[in-house]
Amino acid sequence: MVKIENIRKTFKKGTIDEKVAIDGLSLDIPDGDFITVIGSNGAGKTTLLNLISGTYTPDEGEIYIDSLQVTRLPEYRRAKYLGRIFQDPLMGTAASMTIEENLAMADLRGMHRGFKWGVSKGRRDYYREILRKLDLGLENRLKDAVSLLSGGQRQSLTLLMATLSLPHLLLLDEHSAALDPKTAQRVMELTEQIINENSLTTIMVTHNMQQAIKYGNRMIMLHKGNIQFDISGEEKTSLTVEEVVKKFGAELKDETLLS
Amino acid sequence: MSLEQGLVYGLVALGIVIAFRILSFPDLTVDGSFPLGGAVAARLIIEGVPPIYCIAAAVLSGFAAGCCTGLLNTKLKINSLLAGILMMTVLYSVNLRIMGRSNIQLLTVDTILTPLENLDINRFIPIICLFFLIAFAVKFLTDIFLHTQVGLAMRATGDNEQMIRTLGVNTDTTTILGLGISNAFVALSGALVAQDQGFADIGMGIGMIVAGLASIIIGETIVGLKTVQRKTLAAIVGSVIYKLIISVGLRMGLAPTDLKMATGIMVILALGIPALKKEKQGKLHLRGV
Ligand SMILES: Nc1ncnc2c1ncn2[C@@H]1O[C@H](COP(=O)(O)OP(=O)(O)OP(=O)(O)O)[C@@H](O)[C@H]1O
Ligand SMILES: [Mg+2]
Repeated sequence: MVKIENIRKTFKKGTIDEKVAIDGLSLDIPDGDFITVIGSNGAGKTTLLNLISGTYTPDEGEIYIDSLQVTRLPEYRRAKYLGRIFQDPLMGTAASMTIEENLAMADLRGMHRGFKWGVSKGRRDYYREILRKLDLGLENRLKDAVSLLSGGQRQSLTLLMATLSLPHLLLLDEHSAALDPKTAQRVMELTEQIINENSLTTIMVTHNMQQAIKYGNRMIMLHKGNIQFDISGEEKTSLTVEEVVKKFGAELKDETLLS
Repeated sequence: MSLEQGLVYGLVALGIVIAFRILSFPDLTVDGSFPLGGAVAARLIIEGVPPIYCIAAAVLSGFAAGCCTGLLNTKLKINSLLAGILMMTVLYSVNLRIMGRSNIQLLTVDTILTPLENLDINRFIPIICLFFLIAFAVKFLTDIFLHTQVGLAMRATGDNEQMIRTLGVNTDTTTILGLGISNAFVALSGALVAQDQGFADIGMGIGMIVAGLASIIIGETIVGLKTVQRKTLAAIVGSVIYKLIISVGLRMGLAPTDLKMATGIMVILALGIPALKKEKQGKLHLRGV
């Protein structure tokens, strides 16, 4: 259960560039919810995820994860509750380190790190097993540097890393947008599969309206830093792209959103 | 002679590898922590402390100096280059205070090397063996450390700080620890060099970073830098070859006063040639179009 209460975030306060990115937003996320988030450029989607993860601290309001108040907790101290994937495939992995080293680091998300071997023998077999499920041939390349992988392979690996220790909340920020259509499709299927298998609570930002409708049980539209609509259940299942465009065409001038 | 120096200065290069290559932190503390190690060891030795403890104290002092640079950067948000320069400057006074004067002679007192020098063979042979053992022991320990849970987190801090933070690592801590270790190695080198050459001097650290970088660049072109093991090996191999080149240069008539300039030019060329090549390629490419 994640609870966001009336948060506000203004960038460059007091300058001419002042920008209210999140404007008094509240959101309750019950366990098991898979929320897709749409909204035009600059609507505040990434900022919302940054506030939840602790990259930024809100100016006002509170954030709770499982009734623990995390509003002002530094990023590294709430990491144990959160899995996160960025749009840029380069951002989720350490390129100079091997596949198994990256997985081993994710394995210890939020846990104490000591002077034991980073990659333990027992876990190595497990890594091989989950990599095999990706069907990208990575199970035979455990000792390859991640820099040798393609964008799609890297993003798939990031997906495994983000979900390895079953986070309370999974944050996805257009994580398939930088990939070619076929790879993007593959990564999305994999995402859904992992989320369903583990009933992970998820927030997925996407610029693709079809994706937003197809995946998840709930859909939110952000506009100017607040929630424009929040639909779920039947209402969401029966939604079509045309309907959304008709209702909110004005706010959705963004072309990519309509594609 | 250059082999023995190459090995002991290899520890400096190893420290620089940790800061520059593993943490991606251009740490300039080195020019101050090298004489710090020499100063601490020399002062304690003439005070009559057993040499092994003197060396341990030197290592700890280097560790502390590195941690200070890390604190300046992570807690006070001072730019990494400036944090190193500040510490280097502060250390100049600290080193003078520790020594009480600008140099300490060690020729007439017992050092860690005295038992070796009393052996019935050429002094260089046992000293080379000792420095070889120390350099490679430190290298192997570093390799092991960088493959532990903490070590992986430290490497990731230099590779992708945002990512390892989202995995719950306090990157301030890994940065501070890494710089501490780096400068501990540098100070160890300073302590050994002081005993080997028979004196500690306030100016013994000048140009240490540039010489270390030159060593690393040489080493990396020979050994490569794909794995951690290679990066650390490159430091030692590079340092030995660098000292060899220098001694050949001196023998061929290079003035000792021009040494630092020659080293600087070496590093500038190594860093600059790839950029020049690229530019040339770009121009050719444009002409082709
Ligand atoms: N670090 C920052 N400093 C200053 N302004 C920022 C910062 N981060 C975001 N903003 C501003 O806040 C607003 C919301 O940005 P945000 O990145 O959250 O939008 P978004 O919905 O993710 O957009 P996109 O679809 O383009 O990714 C934008 O106007 C942006 O310029
Ligand atoms: Mg965004």
